[in-house]
Amino acid sequence: MRDPQRKHTFWRTLVLATALLAAVIGTSVLVAAASAKPTSQGATIKVGLITKDATNPFFVKMRAGATKAAKKLGAKLSYAAGKSSSDNASQIAAIENMTTAGVKGILITVADGKAENAAIAKARKAGVVVIALDTPTVPKSATNALFATNNFNAGILIGKYARAATKGKKVTIGMIDEHAGSSVGALRHNGFLKGFGIKKNSKLIACAGNGEGQTAPSQTAMENCLQKSPNINVVYTINEPSALGAWNALKKAGKTKAGTTIVSVDGGCAGVRNVKAGIIDATSQQYPLLMASRGVAAVVKFAKTGKKPSGYTDTGVNLIAKKPLVGVKSKSVRYGLANCWG
Amino acid sequence: MNATDTSAQPLWERSAVQQIRRVLAAPAVGPLLALLLTMAFFSLKSDRFLQGPNLSLVLQQVMVVGVLAIGQTLVILTAGIDLSVGTVMAFGQIVMTKLAIDSGYSPTTAILLGILACVAFGLFNGGLVAIVRLPAFIVTLGTLNIAFALTHIYSNDLTYPPGESGASSLPSALLFFGRTFTIGHTDITYGVVFMFVLFALAWFALTQTAWGRHVYATGDDPEAARLTGIKTARVLISVYVVAGLMYGLAAWLLVSRTELGDPNAGQTTENLDAITAVVLGGTSLFGGRGTVIGTLIGAIIVGVFRNGLTLIGVEVIYQYLVTGILVILAVSVDQLTHRRRL
Repeated sequence: MRDPQRKHTFWRTLVLATALLAAVIGTSVLVAAASAKPTSQGATIKVGLITKDATNPFFVKMRAGATKAAKKLGAKLSYAAGKSSSDNASQIAAIENMTTAGVKGILITVADGKAENAAIAKARKAGVVVIALDTPTVPKSATNALFATNNFNAGILIGKYARAATKGKKVTIGMIDEHAGSSVGALRHNGFLKGFGIKKNSKLIACAGNGEGQTAPSQTAMENCLQKSPNINVVYTINEPSALGAWNALKKAGKTKAGTTIVSVDGGCAGVRNVKAGIIDATSQQYPLLMASRGVAAVVKFAKTGKKPSGYTDTGVNLIAKKPLVGVKSKSVRYGLANCWG
Repeated sequence: MNATDTSAQPLWERSAVQQIRRVLAAPAVGPLLALLLTMAFFSLKSDRFLQGPNLSLVLQQVMVVGVLAIGQTLVILTAGIDLSVGTVMAFGQIVMTKLAIDSGYSPTTAILLGILACVAFGLFNGGLVAIVRLPAFIVTLGTLNIAFALTHIYSNDLTYPPGESGASSLPSALLFFGRTFTIGHTDITYGVVFMFVLFALAWFALTQTAWGRHVYATGDDPEAARLTGIKTARVLISVYVVAGLMYGLAAWLLVSRTELGDPNAGQTTENLDAITAVVLGGTSLFGGRGTVIGTLIGAIIVGVFRNGLTLIGVEVIYQYLVTGILVILAVSVDQLTHRRRL
């Protein structure tokens, strides 16, 4: 255990330790300087936005909308996201740290409907209003308010459309969902079932898979579904990246656009273009920019007047379809492109 | 005799300079200095950082990873690595919560069984590494997936308690570590105190007992250790079992923090954060050298960065950038100052 090179080791350690510390400080200074904001403690209203992940175009758009709305109202937006759509730990830490940083309100799309309720309760107790965006907490009352699409309705619309599009034909349904704890996932899934007119354990549903709300995992899930049931001709997908992944798998399996009915939710510009291209047959368009801007406005109003936001605000949904069908109200692709986000 | 080799001199005969050099050359001093400087930096940039409630918050955010990192330190000291850290913990918390709610076990029994489940995984890992002589990386890679699967199968992908209940319906024994006591204006959670107690016990076991000596010896050079009569297989197994115990205790802490059992826990941040804490604390990945106190400091550094960056308004994403740079620097410092290893 005695190191004969003790003297050398000591000086080397000292030099390198100093280098290490210098690097720590240097990095921190550079980083902080690069994003330096005026540290006015009392004047600016701080608003926090926490999304499931930072890469889904839906959340990217939500963040852009929130930033713009904050700037317009003279507030400052802090942003954080989880590493994946099921990462609760990062979101919980973000809620806590933003509360300490002095935000007046937090807008959040929770990864799991229940896992963050304890942290949200603590933030509310500290006087911060917490507004759920897009996906509700379970129960809804865990947050002050909810600004979201009526996701159940969104599901009903595409369910009805899928049923009308396949009238008289034999159907085999595949469902590409998100992870099990996702409340928005459950709402859309069940809405689709209601709109289509079938029950949870209907024999028409050949398989259901977890596509994680992203393209590549959805492709894998769809491929596995097809291995099990090669005759799938109706596919429900939780969002448009999933729909694209599902279509990739169907295409590889030799299916045609005409022979498959794919429905989705989102109404992003990329998704609506896929509707135009015939890949997605119908999509429920939602309005993340509205969620973000109304959320920010509600927090600013609370900061200025003390009036807390409450209840559920439906930010609206419209069915976008290339081919209108009898019995299902839908809007044109043109409308979809004019109102799309992203 | 080397002028700086003061070990043979009685304490009172060493000069002040020699004393200082001895202290600086001690392990964990580097990480401690890094932590203190980081804290100084953040307290200068934000007046909310150095306040009692905020520091208490940082420790709460660190406590689960901190306890996991104790187990990880032990494993790394034996020149192994444990990739199953996060998912074994997740399994433990699902067992605890599900048994307490569904199976009518008393809360204490449920907690013990949950911890036992993690210890069982530890025993499994240790047995394969010590007796079958499989590389730790591979064994724990396998256990990672097994634990992940078992967690989802056993929980049916639901958080516990299931259903729409608002307030947590978990028995209070499971939430014990979330309780707080107040000193001045600061609430301190029992869980944080428990973390410190565990670190103290680990330090004692590693530095003051024969077992600790054997752990270091086995990690440093297993063959030499065996030749001096140390039963290396037993030491290895005991290390993994104790690590499993730590994961079980961390599971209990996590349940106290989130007030439910989450099957998606432990997948993203916990695994790598535990390893990061160990590395930042100065423990060598090649085994035989390192301290558990260093790990504690390493864990706190990561927590401080995440918290501090949010407080000064820098995006949390930079936390990963800084952590990555720190890890590389820490390992480089370790490498270059102890050249007799590769």
